[in-house]
Amino acid sequence: MSDRKPAPPAEAGADAPVCLISDPAFERPPVTDWHTDWDHLDARWRDDPFPIWDALREGPIARTERFEGAWLPTRYEDVRAIAYDTEHFSSRRAVLRDRKFDGPPLPSPPITSDPPEHKAHKQVLLPFFTPQEVGKLEPLTRRICNALIDEFIAAGRCDAAQQYARHIPVRIIAYMLGVPVRDSHLFIRWIHEILEVGASDDELNSSATKAMRDYFRHHIALRKEGRTEADPDGPVPDLIRLMMDGSLNGVPFEERHVLGTLTLLMVAGIDTTWSAIGASILHLARHPEDRRRLIEEPGLMPTAIEELLRAYSPVTMAREVSKDVELGGCPMKKGEMVLLCFPAANRDPAMFPDADKVVLDRQENRHGAFGLGIHRCVGSHLARMEMRVAIEEWLERIPNYRVAGDVRWSVGPVRGPRTLPVAFA
Amino acid sequence: MKVRIDRDRCEGHGRCHALAPGLFELDAFGHATALADGNVPPGMEGKARLAAANCPEYAVRVVEDDG
Ligand code: HEM
Ligand code: SF4
Repeated sequence: MSDRKPAPPAEAGADAPVCLISDPAFERPPVTDWHTDWDHLDARWRDDPFPIWDALREGPIARTERFEGAWLPTRYEDVRAIAYDTEHFSSRRAVLRDRKFDGPPLPSPPITSDPPEHKAHKQVLLPFFTPQEVGKLEPLTRRICNALIDEFIAAGRCDAAQQYARHIPVRIIAYMLGVPVRDSHLFIRWIHEILEVGASDDELNSSATKAMRDYFRHHIALRKEGRTEADPDGPVPDLIRLMMDGSLNGVPFEERHVLGTLTLLMVAGIDTTWSAIGASILHLARHPEDRRRLIEEPGLMPTAIEELLRAYSPVTMAREVSKDVELGGCPMKKGEMVLLCFPAANRDPAMFPDADKVVLDRQENRHGAFGLGIHRCVGSHLARMEMRVAIEEWLERIPNYRVAGDVRWSVGPVRGPRTLPVAFA
Repeated sequence: MKVRIDRDRCEGHGRCHALAPGLFELDAFGHATALADGNVPPGMEGKARLAAANCPEYAVRVVEDDG
């Protein structure tokens, strides 16, 4: 199964430390009542959100006065209804903030686009991300995984989040975008500043966003001079070129559209997939029976991946109420926010029997880990391929391992283990 | 038995094609269409039902011969 060619010239700088200390969860007023004062940046949500969601599902859609007023549906049915209702729920603000930024939000098409523009904003990307196209990246992904494992296998222990899962999606997306893989550490830091610390620190969020946009401006300018710093065997066209040449009804995309989509592709694909791979490796550490079963019956891998995605869905998005509407008896007012918690929907026992159990061969699984409706994740097939390959290569070389230290989870819209010490000696 | 794809609902999750590649194909944008006019060859009924049960958008419909 493994393809042991040397890894691509990728590694310089990849081990630069990422700051994991600043943690907004510790600075927030503790939640008093989850039904009326919920906060997804609270430490209890970070460490174990499942009992919180179970309790909330029994009542009306939860409310909070934090975030300038927001709602939290936790039943699958309600999450789905809101995801489908683009008339009353806009994507223009896709993340919840303590205070909304002044003025119109910076667009990141297509995730912040609404109909009718959304379709064209998405269409340009889709051919790049079909199962067939991302299948071509599988050998590269296997090489990256094996090169990472080579670095720590002799030590008999590693941090599977920091030394393994974290590096896989970032190298692949750098390759697809057409930027040097050696810059990976920059991307990891900016995303941490945007998604985790930046969820409650506006200044850091803005400076990281600006740094990322300047980075892409530089790579666009290079291409205008006929140059690029992309790795020589990268895709043609790469995603930067694809967006530079993109147009809508014959009019080229504006610069802010191009930069918005490029930053989105970087932000949306890295921590998300890192989280999904890390949570899967953690599950298989804590459930040796599932691990053995997956090793003995590799044919289960496709359903197992879907099940791990369902049970440990990393991504929660937001909507802004764009027209007053009532849902499940709750009056939602224009301008209020809604947290669209796909992870909670995916644990709803009304939709999934034994919702809290990981059933590797679950037969009916309409999980919404990649969203439901028009905003279905563009990168879903890429993420699935990366997850499958990362788990296959890990189990092939490290079939027996156990958790050997503190597991720490991220805070913010993307949830996954950020430290995952394991031992396999 | 036949399978039908509701193209207005399909969002390209690709689950149908992953589970029953013999019954569906994906276009250049990753959206599904049924192969062979949706006719399900004998022995593939289970796969057809599996595809329908895993489409998050409820876009795959199975039409039984007698109903
Ligand atoms: C396991 C990994 C991933 C998960 C769980 C995930 C989850 C999601 C979810 C839930 C949405 C829907 C957002 C909404 O409804 O507002 C979404 C959208 C999106 N994702 Fe992912 N994602 C993952 C990986 C990726 C990757 C690898 C990429 C690309 C490189 C990517 C790019 C996008 C884009 C561009 C959108 C916007 C689609 C639209 O608005 O039409 N994602 N993702
Ligand atoms: S599973 Fe459903 S949404 Fe996905 S491609 Fe098939 S029909 Fe379309």
